[in-house]
Amino acid sequence: MNPQLLTASYLAAGALFILSLNGLSNQESARRGNLCGMLGMAIAIVATILSGQVGGFEKLFPAMIIGGLIGAFVASRVEMTQMPELVAILHSFVGLAAVMVGVSSYLDPNAHFTGADKIIHEVEVYLGVFIGAITFTGSVIAFGKLKGIISGKPLMLPGRHWLNLVALLACVYFGYVFLTAGSHGSGLYPLLAMTVIAFIIGIHLIMAIGGADMPVVVSMLNSYSGWAAAATGFMLGNIALIVVGSLVGSSGAILSYIMCRAMNRKFLSVILGGFGTSSGTAVDTEAGEVTSTNAEEVAGLLKDASDVIFVPGYGMAVAQAQGIVSEITKKLRSKGINVRFGIHPVAGRLPGHMNVLLAEAKVPYDIVLEMDELNEDFPDTDVSLVIGANDIVNPSAQTDPNSPIAGMPVLEVWKAKSCIVLKRSMASGYAGVDNPLFFHDNTEMLFGDAKDSMSAVLQHLD
Amino acid sequence: MKIGVPNEIHQNECRVAMTPNTAGRLQKLGYECVIEAGAGARAKFSDDAYRDAGVTVVTDTKQLWADSDIILKVRAPEEHPGLGIHEAELLHEGTTLISFIWPAQNEDLMDKLKARNVTVMAMDSVPRISRAQKLDALSSMANIAGYRAVIEASNHFGRFFTGQITAAGKVPPAKIMVIGAGVAGLAAVGTANGLGAIVRAFDTRPEVKQQVESMGAQFLELEFEEEEDGSTSGGYAKVMSKEFIEAEMTLFREQAKEVDIIITTALIPGKPAPKLILADMVELMKDGSVVVDLAAEQGGNCELTSPGEVVVRHGVTLIGYMDLPSRLPTQSSQLYGSNLCHLLSDMTPEKDGNLTVDMEDDVIRGTTVIHQGEITWPPPPIAVSAAPAQTAPAEAPVAEKPQRKKSGIKFAITLIVAALALLGLGNYAPPEFMQHFTVFVLSCFIGYWVVWNVTPALHTPLMSVTNAISSVIIIGAILQIGSSSGLIMILATVSVLIASINIGGGFFVTQRMLQMFRKEE
Repeated sequence: MNPQLLTASYLAAGALFILSLNGLSNQESARRGNLCGMLGMAIAIVATILSGQVGGFEKLFPAMIIGGLIGAFVASRVEMTQMPELVAILHSFVGLAAVMVGVSSYLDPNAHFTGADKIIHEVEVYLGVFIGAITFTGSVIAFGKLKGIISGKPLMLPGRHWLNLVALLACVYFGYVFLTAGSHGSGLYPLLAMTVIAFIIGIHLIMAIGGADMPVVVSMLNSYSGWAAAATGFMLGNIALIVVGSLVGSSGAILSYIMCRAMNRKFLSVILGGFGTSSGTAVDTEAGEVTSTNAEEVAGLLKDASDVIFVPGYGMAVAQAQGIVSEITKKLRSKGINVRFGIHPVAGRLPGHMNVLLAEAKVPYDIVLEMDELNEDFPDTDVSLVIGANDIVNPSAQTDPNSPIAGMPVLEVWKAKSCIVLKRSMASGYAGVDNPLFFHDNTEMLFGDAKDSMSAVLQHLD
Repeated sequence: MKIGVPNEIHQNECRVAMTPNTAGRLQKLGYECVIEAGAGARAKFSDDAYRDAGVTVVTDTKQLWADSDIILKVRAPEEHPGLGIHEAELLHEGTTLISFIWPAQNEDLMDKLKARNVTVMAMDSVPRISRAQKLDALSSMANIAGYRAVIEASNHFGRFFTGQITAAGKVPPAKIMVIGAGVAGLAAVGTANGLGAIVRAFDTRPEVKQQVESMGAQFLELEFEEEEDGSTSGGYAKVMSKEFIEAEMTLFREQAKEVDIIITTALIPGKPAPKLILADMVELMKDGSVVVDLAAEQGGNCELTSPGEVVVRHGVTLIGYMDLPSRLPTQSSQLYGSNLCHLLSDMTPEKDGNLTVDMEDDVIRGTTVIHQGEITWPPPPIAVSAAPAQTAPAEAPVAEKPQRKKSGIKFAITLIVAALALLGLGNYAPPEFMQHFTVFVLSCFIGYWVVWNVTPALHTPLMSVTNAISSVIIIGAILQIGSSSGLIMILATVSVLIASINIGGGFFVTQRMLQMFRKEE
């Protein structure tokens, strides 16, 4: 295959990757988008293999087939509630691959660059390995936190910002040593030293971030994995990789931005971590009385309503209540009741997590709406039902300027004629803020495991 | 303990402080209930109905007062015409009296009650905090007054409220303006809207706009430059500036020409009612129009109101009844009785029929005006805001202009910096790098647009698919796998393996997720 044809193949692959993301703009074209992505990947791989520069097929094919089978097996078994973990661990693979490809690219005896080309190539290698290494360990830690292997509490080392800074400066120093290393190969030690430091930065960075900030972390790592791929693309002079890297990089960055905006927090403050540990200012809301209710009354309220909005949160995922919620939805809709779902951008542990869970439970996606689409409809709603969510429905975000979540956009469930909150206990949410919603006059609490409560409600609906 | 409910002796008072329904609830709290014969008659509750609910009916008024530990009443104690003695004199030491008292207006009465060495809870002094809403008798009564105001108006109004097209011709709907969107105002809005009238409402507190609109009325706004908010921390209105009042008057004058019925409910606590409908406005109104003045007791919002009476001036019927809740006695007795039940249930934590006056509780503290012979009114203020805390939206429009200018400068600076950076890069970087860099920058832009277009519902599939495609890094490893160096070969093989996991896993799980998203069957 001549080099022009190879470039043309990479171009086609790059274009197909763009189309694959473009397809996700709505649910109808999304599947076609995914097929475009697969096709692009196939073209890129086949073209590379046919390029004539590849040997070692006896290792290549088994590795590819075994890897692909493992991936498909895991993907077909994973529960939708575990998607955040899966995404996190897959990110770590990209990071690790970037590190290894970078190191071997540096060691490659066939590479002969000189002058500016050599410096640029080495900078690319160094950057690619650096970002890849942070992505790798960061994602592993994020995986551990999401899986619950590692505590979700932020780890706060004293002077941790300084530690990060020192580590970063050390990387810069080793970079200088690496670039000025005389002979080829003697730069390997500074490169490996930096890799180890970057591994540590990745661990330390994510350890300091609390469990509920994981949507931001996972999308940030998504972005990093993209930049790592882009750096590798530069290193190898491969267009397809550069295109993919920048697509993925901007995608992750935009997702992080959306998540941060949804929490009204600065990206930097999320990344520097430590949120949810300070108790914030003393909460001066008068702790009123909580009215608790039972499943039968909730079922009665739902039956008598004509407009109902469900607001699910991470608690629904934890309790695996989405199936029952879907059953209730079906039953209510068959009675002619208008049921909708309000999804806050940071509900769950992954952007769009709730949508996937509800889709899995066969809730039609056209009644699952974003916060901005239905927030104004609450005053006309008879019943709003909050399932395992707390901070995203906290009215003090709007009323209490001293609240740690002040200014965060929230779903205004309290404006509905009555509001039912499913909750395990009276514990406060991730942000550690009291929720005055629970003391509202039109709020009733249904305590207990979300799945059990919803099952009981379902029984009383008949 | 024994709860006694005497006959209301105030002229034309039809309400009663206990209904058969609330009697049952009080008995559940452990109390024994006694009522004077005929006390519920005007509220349409017969003595037999009380007996059925387990209440003892007694005929001797003095005996009832003497035997009871708690007296529930509607009106404040006054001279008993039948016995020729003041009701306060009937209270024996240690009794608790719960009723409307109006301590600010009734100093003499307060002194009299204090002399009896009793505890008095004033239902008009319940603090306006959300926890106390269930025992807020003023709100329950205001709700009824608002409803009744519309009914009274319709009674004196010669037309339909709702518009109709009949065989005999078209009937225009009545137009109603409600001034003051408190509890009474909102109730009036809701009732009038229910009858089919076109309703407009005005209030000095802009934050009630949403409530007004939710009840189905149009919220009238002033053409007034300055932002002025008439709400106070207690949730009531305050006195407004002169300019504000002038603008208000212009609005009312305009509306007076147009509307058929005006219902005024404007009150400022501790002050005579503001005069909002002046004589000339009444003159402007069409003949047959009706004004219902709910503020008649505090002097009236309309200049021409005659408190307690219905008068016709300039062809307009002016209703100044001060006893609107009492004109709906069954309903108001039930609600007032419920308020009393909630209060007593708060004060009977053990449900054993023993009353405890917990002066640490803000609600009980505020309601208690005399505690064991000591005047405890007025209570210390409780800092609670009924209205949402003020943010500063007024500043936003002012700040917008310079900001836009600033962002323009920012944009220009960004462009210049980018141009300089590109210039520097173009000067030193090798040609191949520039090619790659071009692809990189353009791809970032494409990525930006494409990703913003992704619907938020698909953000999880977006992450998994970007994950899969970023594994195109595999081609780097494929190129190295045939290397002669053993280390490189091993690294490359491992890279191919994990990147393949990623490709297989990423695309597969994305497909799985996307297949779940389905429209309604």
